[in-house]
Amino acid sequence: MPDSTWLTGRRFRRAGTALMLVSIVALAGCSSLGVKPWERDLLADPDMQLTVSGVDAGLDDHIYFSKEASSGGRGFGGGGCGCN
Amino acid sequence: MQLTNKDKNGKPVGRALAAATCALLGVQATNTLAKDKPGEWDVETALLVYSETDDRVQAAEPVISATRNYDGDRKLNLKLIADTLTGASPSGATPSDLPQTFTRPSGSGSYDVPAGEPPLDDSFKDTRVALSASWTAPLNRDYTYTVGAYGSKEYDYLSTAVNGSLSRYLNNKNTTLTGGLSLGVDLVDPVGGAPVGLSRMPLRTNKTEAQFDQEFALTRESDDTKTLVDALFGVTQVINRRTLMQFNYGVSYSSGYLTDPYKILSVIDDASGANFGGNLIESDGNPVYLYENRPDTRMKHTLYWQTKYMLGNGDVMDGSYRFMVDDWGITSHTVDLKYRWKLDKSYLEPHFRYYLQSEADFYKRYLTATEYNGGTPVLSEASADYRLGELTGLTFGAKWGYRFDEDRELAIRAEYMIQTNDGDEGFGKLASQDLYPDTNAMWLQLSYSF
Repeated sequence: MPDSTWLTGRRFRRAGTALMLVSIVALAGCSSLGVKPWERDLLADPDMQLTVSGVDAGLDDHIYFSKEASSGGRGFGGGGCGCN
Repeated sequence: MQLTNKDKNGKPVGRALAAATCALLGVQATNTLAKDKPGEWDVETALLVYSETDDRVQAAEPVISATRNYDGDRKLNLKLIADTLTGASPSGATPSDLPQTFTRPSGSGSYDVPAGEPPLDDSFKDTRVALSASWTAPLNRDYTYTVGAYGSKEYDYLSTAVNGSLSRYLNNKNTTLTGGLSLGVDLVDPVGGAPVGLSRMPLRTNKTEAQFDQEFALTRESDDTKTLVDALFGVTQVINRRTLMQFNYGVSYSSGYLTDPYKILSVIDDASGANFGGNLIESDGNPVYLYENRPDTRMKHTLYWQTKYMLGNGDVMDGSYRFMVDDWGITSHTVDLKYRWKLDKSYLEPHFRYYLQSEADFYKRYLTATEYNGGTPVLSEASADYRLGELTGLTFGAKWGYRFDEDRELAIRAEYMIQTNDGDEGFGKLASQDLYPDTNAMWLQLSYSF
């Protein structure tokens, strides 16, 4: 096996090992994410909801749907009017 | 704000996650402040007034959304929206060094556009009424489902959809997995009938009314339908005491009549860059405008990431990024940022949004006489709709809200959007015309929840 190929192979193996380590760390990190039931005071604040006002979001989605070629993302989008 | 509940799993976050699920579904449940009291209706009302500069689209849109809570977990949401649109909309034709005359979409009557002016179709007006309903309930301790229906009617368009989703709580309700599906059928019934794609707009000049009527009839098809299937997969994750995140992947497939029946393209003479005088039908000598034609299917993929973070002083930051790609050649990036600055009983929330879009493969600002090819276009699809072109949008806004008590809130919101288009600048005489005028729009919204 030529040296350069061997080096490339070794790089791949190293990259694979690194990726595996990162994945393990990430998974371990995910399992420690979150809060205990008694730590939910701030998240319970209505301003911490992902969509605080459904009416605002719905109106804006309708405007942008009518003016752009994109829709959706947050929820089902892209329908319901003949404006695009 | 804690409410008594038998579920020892911490209801507030359950609520937030249920609301997140609704948001994920586009159900947009209305939860503000200390709502969710069993046996009560929570109502959110709003009036939106939307206005574009240069006498373009003006709209007024009242909304009422009511949520009935049967207990902490089971909810019925009903939403009614009406909107009235008037004004003028860009037709897709290019401005010209000569005055131009266009046939109205209905075929009855024409409208004129002065030299150098952007061709706007001022016969644009519509009234729409939309109603949606959704029901959310737990299946058991770990699963919640939502089912919903939607219907809207406007003069030339009927839209119906049903949707459903299932959410699974994991990791002590710190993680929610959601899968949802929406099926829609729309009926498109354009004024005057749907035009045959890439057929020539009949013009009255130099013709009898009988000749015109005959020509017009030849460019018409009957009404048409389109079907939409959307699937959405989402993960909502509590990161820590102050941070909540959501990741969504959505795929959307639409098929059927996806063309805009009111949009046209100008045909430009290859040599002069001026409107091409056609002689397709009995050498009528009029310029040539073609009705647009889009593909009859579209597949979109969307990635969405949202983060909410509460600062030490109680202010809340809200940031989201959306990436979209479709098989029409369009990719788009959307960044949305809000900062909720909490005052005593009120809040002030500045808002910024940035949008960037690439053009569709079949987007053409105009067609040349060569492409028109004497009435047998060399293209099968083409659209000059600026919304399918290269587009940048900036929105700046702010919302101010006042909370009287746990239930009642009054809010006012203002947004200003600047859209700029870019693309082929034309040649010859066309190069001196502004082919990409900006779109500026402002909307004001007054809301009251109780």
